[in-house]
Amino acid sequence: MRAIKQGLGRLMAALLMSTLSLPVLADGTVGWPEKADLKFGFIKLTDMAPLAIAYEKGYFEDEGLFVTLEAQANWKVLLDRVIDGELDGAHMLAGQPLGATIGYGTKAHIITAFSMDLNGNGITVSNDVWQAMKAHVPMKDGKPVHPIKADALKPVVEQYRKDGKPFKMGMVFPVSTHNYELRYWLAAGGLNPGYYAPDKGDTSGQRQADVLLSVTPPPQMPATLEAGTIYGYCVGEPWNQQAVFKGIGVPVVTDYGIWKNNPEKVFGVSKTWADQYPNTHIHVVKALIRAAKWLDENNNANRPEAVKILSRPNYVGADYDVIANSMTGTFEYEKGDTRPVPDFNVFFRYHATYPFYSDAIWYLTQMRRWGQISEHKPDSWYMDVAKSVYRPDIYEKAARALIAEGKMSAGDFPDFDNEDGFKPPQTGFIDDITYDGHQPNAYLAKFPIGLK
Amino acid sequence: MATLTAPQWMAPYQALIKGQINRSQMQAILRQVLWPVMGIAVFLLMWQLAASHIDTSLGKFPGPAAVWEQMGNLVDEHQQARQREAAFHERQEKYIAMRLAQDPDWVPVHRDYTGAPTFFDQIGTSLITVMSGFLLASVIAIPLGIVIGLSSTVHAAMNPLIQLFKPVSPLAWLPLVTMVVSALYTSSDPMVAKSFLNSMFTVTLCCLWPTLLNTAVGVTSVSQDLLNVSRVLRLSALAHVRKIVLPSALPMMFTGLRLSLGIAWMVLIAAEMLAQNPGLGKFVWDEFQNGSSQSLSRIMVAVVVIGLIGFLLDRLMLMLQRALVWDKTSAQR
Repeated sequence: MRAIKQGLGRLMAALLMSTLSLPVLADGTVGWPEKADLKFGFIKLTDMAPLAIAYEKGYFEDEGLFVTLEAQANWKVLLDRVIDGELDGAHMLAGQPLGATIGYGTKAHIITAFSMDLNGNGITVSNDVWQAMKAHVPMKDGKPVHPIKADALKPVVEQYRKDGKPFKMGMVFPVSTHNYELRYWLAAGGLNPGYYAPDKGDTSGQRQADVLLSVTPPPQMPATLEAGTIYGYCVGEPWNQQAVFKGIGVPVVTDYGIWKNNPEKVFGVSKTWADQYPNTHIHVVKALIRAAKWLDENNNANRPEAVKILSRPNYVGADYDVIANSMTGTFEYEKGDTRPVPDFNVFFRYHATYPFYSDAIWYLTQMRRWGQISEHKPDSWYMDVAKSVYRPDIYEKAARALIAEGKMSAGDFPDFDNEDGFKPPQTGFIDDITYDGHQPNAYLAKFPIGLK
Repeated sequence: MATLTAPQWMAPYQALIKGQINRSQMQAILRQVLWPVMGIAVFLLMWQLAASHIDTSLGKFPGPAAVWEQMGNLVDEHQQARQREAAFHERQEKYIAMRLAQDPDWVPVHRDYTGAPTFFDQIGTSLITVMSGFLLASVIAIPLGIVIGLSSTVHAAMNPLIQLFKPVSPLAWLPLVTMVVSALYTSSDPMVAKSFLNSMFTVTLCCLWPTLLNTAVGVTSVSQDLLNVSRVLRLSALAHVRKIVLPSALPMMFTGLRLSLGIAWMVLIAAEMLAQNPGLGKFVWDEFQNGSSQSLSRIMVAVVVIGLIGFLLDRLMLMLQRALVWDKTSAQR
């Protein structure tokens, strides 16, 4: 009897849901948001900019959303609070929704319909390590040739190990972009960053490692480097430029140099939340798309204003000059060695906001490469996970609504009718290996270091 | 109760104005004004000297001048935030009107400002939290202390527990409190924020003990003469506590309460820092994370304000004690 009652109840609920929540109305506009008071979390990094801009420029309010933005202590706290519903959504590492959904770390179904940016990270080493590395870096006109490869770091690491000192570096989270980028860079230079073995209960990621990687929250990176606990780190801005300003370290490579236009942060929400508030989700994505466009408009013309907003204590809070260094298209390596990197932070160009399946699959391949996924998976598995986490369908609804309202034009977006969610095979990696999202296992087979 | 005639401490100043000052009144003025001012001046000077020699990776350690400047900035930021709040409410009214025009069945909701809290908002939050935690602790500790003081059996039973929990640091309680609160406090539309409860219970757990112990000691040490009086008059248990025990134990109780409030304030800042709960502790932590060239001065402003508030809270308790206790000599400093 009870089972029947429950079944009936569910059926009724489903019927109600389907009639109430037709998210996109016939004329292409989106229905009123089901939930208007929202709280989003972020980590103090410049790539949280789309959230700050959507708030400050009133894009959230244009959608009828009343959003509170709240800085979080670290990526784990942020993810846990999205899972338990204290946060409606958050600025996330691209690996977080994927990791959570496949159950690496906290298990929960998290989805994303909006990629927040491309690039934006760097690898910094301490002054001592840089001095030792410099002898092995190819020079041109007295200046190092970028991108610097980890080949130059290899002899330094060997020296440290000969002296009995394990070579330690920091990254921000086990499933962070930074972890994979740092590993990619080290491995491309012949250094093994170590394997995870969750099936054997080893989640340190230091098996067979030449370089020991550990987790430090982004804003604490400079302090930890200064304290000598780590010899280098991979982190987002402004924490690489901060090291230059403080004179405690030297950025050696940006992630643009490791993989040109790599996908970085995403805006993640829990699947339950998205199912409960479909209209709200579309409205949020609409506001974020507009913010991203504003950030890249007229060849980064709005960036100085964005930097001013980000330097407020309640957002990133670092000094204007430190944030401006990378956000306005330049990057300072050694003190005084400032070079143009116009695409250091990309928020909208190159369809940066569209959640490509191929981006999701790249992260999954790296999770397999370093053992976070403990066994070989078929290509179809990669596809299935990508489809359950990355939701271009929601993005498309938001984009079409913006086009219908005349706020954006179709030319701003990928051609939705012919888009399959895969970027063409990508080059531009530091080790010149080509990535094709359709063939994850064939891609994994190309790496000399890493699980297949 | 307290009398409201011109306080005694004003007499020397009245004499000074009238030009009829004597030697001992002069000394009183020196003691009350000149020496404290000198002390502060010397401290500021040494601070300035020391600060200019400390180079941190965020620039020079802030001296008094830099801190004063940031104080001004924080006030400005607060005023700007209030202006933004007014603008927010204006926009909200427009939105409500617009939506009602298109969607007449909709029930409008008036929302609070969604912007980030300012330094002064955080002070307010911290004060409310510390007072709630302290009041809760007092409500538990005073009656329990009286019972423990009255009965040696209860005392023997409770003593090991008190000794065990008294030295526990707030930082150890915090994770437990957080987990228990999120497990038990599950309402979809909570009256008060979880973070507030976390901070408040942590404060309560840590500041319970001085009040509890001092109340118990105060109750045990009621003079034998008074106890005899109570026995002769055959006072009921309640009247005994009210007429005999409480008045004699009040001075000790207040000593305990003052210690508790001091601990409560210290614990709260630590708890807010660790748990990222709104308040002054969060302000300090956020500024530390920001790592801008102004961060250290802003943290220093917070340090001074935290100290000042702690001092004022203590004075407040002292005033309360003076008003309530019959033995005025027990509330001198």
